[in-house]
Amino acid sequence: MKAAASPPGLVMPHIRPGRILAWTLLFIGGVIMVTPLLFMLSTSLKDASQVYDLRVIPETPTLDNYIEILGDGRFTRWLVNSTIVAVIVTLSNVFFDSLVGYTLAKFRFRGRYVVFIAILSTLMIPTEMLVLPWYLMASQFGWIDSYWGIMFPGMMTAFGTFLMKQFFEGVPDDFLEAARIDGLNEFTIWWKIAMPLVTPALSALAIFTFLGNWTAFFWPLIVTTSAELYTLPVGLSSFAVEQSIQWEKIMTGASIATLPTLIIFLFLQRYIVRGVMLAGLKG
Amino acid sequence: MATIDLDRLIKRYGHTTVVHGIDLSVRDGEFVVLVGPSGCGKSTTLRMIAGLEEISGGEIRIDGRVINDLEPKDRNIAMVFQNYAIYPHVTVAENIAFGLYRSNLSKSEKRQRVEQAAETLGLSQLLDRRPSALSGGQRQRVAIGRAMVRDPAAFLFDEPLSNLDAQLRTQMRIEIKRLHHRLGTTSVFVTHDQVEAMTMADRIVVMRDGKILQVGTPLELYENPVDVFTARFIGSPTMNLLPASLRDGGADLSLGGSVQVPPATATTADILVGARPQDLVPSSQGVPGLTVSGTVAVVETLGSETLVHIEGAGQTIIGSAPGRQIPRIGEHLTLHAPAERLYYFDKATEKALAAR
Ligand SMILES: Nc1ncnc2c1ncn2[C@@H]1O[C@H](COP(=O)(O)OP(=O)(O)OP(=O)(O)O)[C@@H](O)[C@H]1O
Ligand SMILES: [Mg+2]
Repeated sequence: MKAAASPPGLVMPHIRPGRILAWTLLFIGGVIMVTPLLFMLSTSLKDASQVYDLRVIPETPTLDNYIEILGDGRFTRWLVNSTIVAVIVTLSNVFFDSLVGYTLAKFRFRGRYVVFIAILSTLMIPTEMLVLPWYLMASQFGWIDSYWGIMFPGMMTAFGTFLMKQFFEGVPDDFLEAARIDGLNEFTIWWKIAMPLVTPALSALAIFTFLGNWTAFFWPLIVTTSAELYTLPVGLSSFAVEQSIQWEKIMTGASIATLPTLIIFLFLQRYIVRGVMLAGLKG
Repeated sequence: MATIDLDRLIKRYGHTTVVHGIDLSVRDGEFVVLVGPSGCGKSTTLRMIAGLEEISGGEIRIDGRVINDLEPKDRNIAMVFQNYAIYPHVTVAENIAFGLYRSNLSKSEKRQRVEQAAETLGLSQLLDRRPSALSGGQRQRVAIGRAMVRDPAAFLFDEPLSNLDAQLRTQMRIEIKRLHHRLGTTSVFVTHDQVEAMTMADRIVVMRDGKILQVGTPLELYENPVDVFTARFIGSPTMNLLPASLRDGGADLSLGGSVQVPPATATTADILVGARPQDLVPSSQGVPGLTVSGTVAVVETLGSETLVHIEGAGQTIIGSAPGRQIPRIGEHLTLHAPAERLYYFDKATEKALAAR
C-alpha cells in the first residue's frame, strides 16, 4: 500500500473509475427494470378516467380496483388455479428431475449415454414447436381444459434433469457406498443421503420452476377453454378483450400476481442468488 | 470375528486386468495391511471384499462361506473410507447410528450402542454436533464409530489416515491399533505408507501391478525382502542398492569399494548389494562387509541419529552416524556395513539371492 496522497486527517475514499461506470450502468438497468413495475402499481391505484394520465403518483389514488378484483370470484379462482398448477409442477420437478438426474449421474448402465443425450437434445427444441404435439396429445387423451392438461408438459423438464445430474455428480461415491454397506436400499440412499446434499440445487430448481409456471401464459391459454380453469396470466389477459380494455383492472391483477414472486424473492433471496450462481445462469 | 480368504481373485475393467488372481488368507482377529504404490489394486481388492466392486474371477470366502454374489449389506463387514464418508446434514450420533441401520435393536438399545462407541472413541461430548464442527481427527473417529457399532465380522479400512496431518496420523494409528487389540476384530487396512504398514500390521501384504509380491510380518519383510521392490519399499530411508560384480571371495562395487563374503547362490556375476542406511555407519573396517566412501553432500540431523548422504562415482548413498557425531559437508567419509546386515539381489531379475 502506498501512503495516501491526501493530507493526514482528511480521509478521501478512493473511488476507481471502473466502479463509477459499473454503478452508472447498474443504476440505468435498475431504472429500466423498475419503471414498468412502478407504472403497473400506479395504474392499479387509478380509476378508469385517469388511466391515460401518465403521472406516476395518481391524482386521487383509490383501492377500488383491488376491492373489485378480489371480490370478483373469477379472479380468486384463477389465483387458486395458478397456485395449484405451480405447486404441483414444482413438487413433481423436484422429485422426478432429481430422481432421473441421480440415476444418470451415479449408475453405470447400458444406454445411459443415449438416454442422457436424448434428454439433453430436447433442450434445443423451442416451446413453440412442442405446443402442437402437446395439443394433439392432450386432445387425444381428453386432457384439454383440465388441470392435468395444463400441467403435464412441465411435470419433468430436461433442464431440471440436467441441472440435478450435474449436482449429483459432485456427491462423492464414498457417501453412497458407505450407506450401501450399512444396508440402506437404493431409494433410501437417494432420498436420505444424496438429496440433502444437493439442497442448494433443489431450492434453485424449485424457485425457477415455480416462477416459470406462475408466469406461464402461452400453453395454459391454448389448453384451457373455460374461464374456471384459467391461470392468472390467462385470466388477466381475458380482461383485455372483454368489452373495452380495462387497463386499471389488468394492472391490479398483475400487481397481485407479482406479490408471491416478490415474497418468494424476499424470503429466499439467499438461495436464489446462490442457486443462480451454482447453476451458472445469468440473472 | 471371521476369517477372510481370497482365492485367485481377479478384477478386470473391460480388457485391462487390474487384479491378477491373488491368493490371501486373513486369519481370525488378524490385522492385515495391504501396501503398495498408487494404482497397484489395493483399493480394488478391498472393495471386492466389501462387495462394492464386482468380482471378475476367483472366490472370496468369509468364515469359509463364498460371498462372491452377496450384497455388501449381507456380508456383515464395515468399511472406513479415506474421506470419512460421514454425512454433513446429520449429527454425529445420527452418523454413527447409520451403522445400525439394519439392526433389529430397539431405539434405546441403539442409542446405548451409539453412546458406547462414542465413549470408546472419546466422542461423548460431540454427539449432537454436526460434522462441519469437528476436526479431521474427530471426523475420522466418527467414521470408525459408525463402523464399530454394528460389531461386524471384519473392518476394512481404505487409507483412513491419509487426509490427516502427520501428528494426528501417528496418534490415530495408535488409537486404531489399540482398538483392534480391544475388539479383536479381523481387519484389512490399505495404505501406501510403509510406516503405517510396519507399525500397525500383524502381517503385511506387499502388492504391485495387481499381484502380491510378498506376505509376512513386518520384521520378516524387513529382514528378508524377496526382491528389490519390497526391499526398497519397506524401511525408511530407502535401502541403498549398489551395483557390483562378483569375483572369488567377494564382489567389486562399480562405484569403487568392495564387499567381502558374497552370496552363496548367485547364478550371475551382475548383482546389487543392498545396505540399509541404519547399518551403514562410519566405523573401523575390522569386520568383513561393505565399504564405500565419498564426499558428504547432505547431513540430516534427526537427534537420535544423523543421516549422511555421501556422493561417490555419481551415486548418492545414505548412511547414518550416531547422534552427536555429525560429519561436516564436503568431508571425505568412509562408511561400513557388516556382512550379516547386507542384502543381495540379481541385477537382471531383481530377485533376492541366498538367505543371509
Ligand atoms: N472404474 C475403473 N475403470 C477402469 N480402471 C479402473 C477403475 N477403477 C480403478 N481402475 C484401475 O485399477 C487400478 C487399481 O486401482 P486401485 O484404486 O485399486 O489402486 P490403489 O492401489 O488403491 O491406488 P491408490 O494408492 O492410488 O489408491 C488402477 O490402475 C486404476 O487405474
Ligand atoms: Mg486406493
